[in-house]
Amino acid sequence: MTRDQVGEELPNLAESKLTALVVDDSFVNQTIHQKLLNRLGIKNDVVTNGKEAVDVYCSGGNYDLILMDMDMPIMNGIQATKRLREMGIESKIAGVTTRANEGEKKEFMEAGLNDFQEKPLTISKLLSILHKLNFYVQT
Amino acid sequence: MVLFVCFEQLSPIFLYNSVSWSTLAMNTTVVAQLQRQFQDYIVSLYQQGFLDSQFSELRKLQDEGSPDFVSEVVSLFFDDCSKLINTMSRSLEQPDNVDFKQLDSGVHQLKGSSSSVGARRVKNVCISFKECCDVQNREGCLRCLQQVDYEYKMLKTKLQDLFNLEQQILQAGGTIPQVDIN
Repeated sequence: MTRDQVGEELPNLAESKLTALVVDDSFVNQTIHQKLLNRLGIKNDVVTNGKEAVDVYCSGGNYDLILMDMDMPIMNGIQATKRLREMGIESKIAGVTTRANEGEKKEFMEAGLNDFQEKPLTISKLLSILHKLNFYVQT
Repeated sequence: MVLFVCFEQLSPIFLYNSVSWSTLAMNTTVVAQLQRQFQDYIVSLYQQGFLDSQFSELRKLQDEGSPDFVSEVVSLFFDDCSKLINTMSRSLEQPDNVDFKQLDSGVHQLKGSSSSVGARRVKNVCISFKECCDVQNREGCLRCLQQVDYEYKMLKTKLQDLFNLEQQILQAGGTIPQVDIN
């Protein structure tokens, strides 16, 4: 376990050797999401749009978890998720977006997500994603 | 005579120790005062609606490995604000040729990043801004643009003061108080 600034114990998942890919065009969100993952001991990389995420996989990259933003230039999260699933990619994909109306959420989920969280992401939301996707068992 | 010499040899030590204790006591008071000032200031920023709980979440992520995490993230946010406001201002320039789609995209991005750092007032202006974009109200959009520009600059000044207080506490040998606002 690691301690954060307020003394709460957080799980350290470094031993599980989980890897994650952050897909987001915002530098603010990239920085926060990477920090959240680092804090939990999850090695991670970042790309700035859906096309880059697809290219990473086409080049042989692979991650246990993808944190996929919805609105991105060139290729958005819905298009990228569909493309990855068409390619047979089985990585868990969690959509993270500020767009939360039911229609948009449904469209994103139907593209092939395993989970969905509203931004902004926090430690507890990330733990909820990891728990839902069976990467972490809460004790 | 011997006693006098001994006393003279000893007195600097006594004097040094009493000066050290006195300095320590003064310093502790200075740190406590700065910490109190910090606590009061950050609470006021939440109470006045400049910040919301997401800012607390960012502070929780700051650690010894990344002691400037919060100031780095807010700096990226302020860069976003500056760039997006410039772009949106250009979109609104021509009264007969406003690109509301581009404007909406800019507002959405700004809303997203303000939400991510806990910049509550900026986020709230973005909500109104989006409503004006949705009905293609150029005048309303111009007012919102002006407001969002004002709010982000105000927040930037406030947070700079907050970070300066943090530095003063650290330089005085103290630690930054944990202030958890939910």
